[in-house]
Amino acid sequence: MKIGVVTFPGSLDDVDAQRAVRIAGGEPVALWHGDHDLKGVDAVILPGGFSYGDYLRAGAIARFAPVMTEVIAAAQGGMPVLGICNGFQILCESHLLPGALIRNDHRTFICRDQTLKVESSTTAWTSGLSVGDEIVIPLKNGEGGFVADEDTLDRLEGEGQVVFRYVDVNPNGSLRDIAGITNERGNVVGLMPHPEHAVEDLTGPGTDGLALFTSALATLTSA
Amino acid sequence: MARVIVDVMPKPEILDPQGKAVHGALPRLGYHAVTDVRQGKRFELEVEVVDEATLAEVHALAGTLLSNPVIEDYSVRVDQ
Repeated sequence: MKIGVVTFPGSLDDVDAQRAVRIAGGEPVALWHGDHDLKGVDAVILPGGFSYGDYLRAGAIARFAPVMTEVIAAAQGGMPVLGICNGFQILCESHLLPGALIRNDHRTFICRDQTLKVESSTTAWTSGLSVGDEIVIPLKNGEGGFVADEDTLDRLEGEGQVVFRYVDVNPNGSLRDIAGITNERGNVVGLMPHPEHAVEDLTGPGTDGLALFTSALATLTSA
Repeated sequence: MARVIVDVMPKPEILDPQGKAVHGALPRLGYHAVTDVRQGKRFELEVEVVDEATLAEVHALAGTLLSNPVIEDYSVRVDQ
């Protein structure tokens, strides 16, 4: 199974995401922001970083990159799409996911190993996890505060679209401790923490992040 | 040539950490009259001519690229 990873100008974690796909047993495919081409991939990851310098708003300019035309169409067609950190911001700017990410309430960049509670196992990226599981993966952001209006938050909770919630510490002021969400169909997932940095014991707090990538591969294989 | 100004502000209900930081600095400088600060962005757009079509285009780009309607409001005015 081929999982594409988009590189924007300013992406930082594209190679780590490719590596996570490889370790999970998939075939990573490098995608370029300037191409109208998904190269026949079965799923897409928008990686972390500071695309286009995060000028204007985080993700605001990346959302209009040529490749996003294809990503948005594929996502609306049901292709699994994962946005990590800056990728989550891009998915919100694209309106593939509701809400937005704003500057952390404490106004400082934060980098820590973060515990998350799994709230949904019915998405393409969390099918291998169970509701109530706790995972530990790195978090590193300056603009990670998830916000949406009350009606949207109630709908996300009611429809089971909250995928991950922060445990113990709310690191950035996210409303209702939300760390990650999905769309109604469950194929598009965005989260601020970085599962691709927790796929090997040597280089992360553990291997909890691997489950997102193996989940997607299992979802694709069973489809 | 003419100039159109687009102001973008965080919606009132959205937390504005930058405005809070600025407000927090004021008492330390001896300024006590200001009770709150909200920080936004101002865009100065140069256009050939200000007509209905131009203003429609400015509104379109202000509502899609310059601002995110989920968290921000924008206003458009012609610079006289």
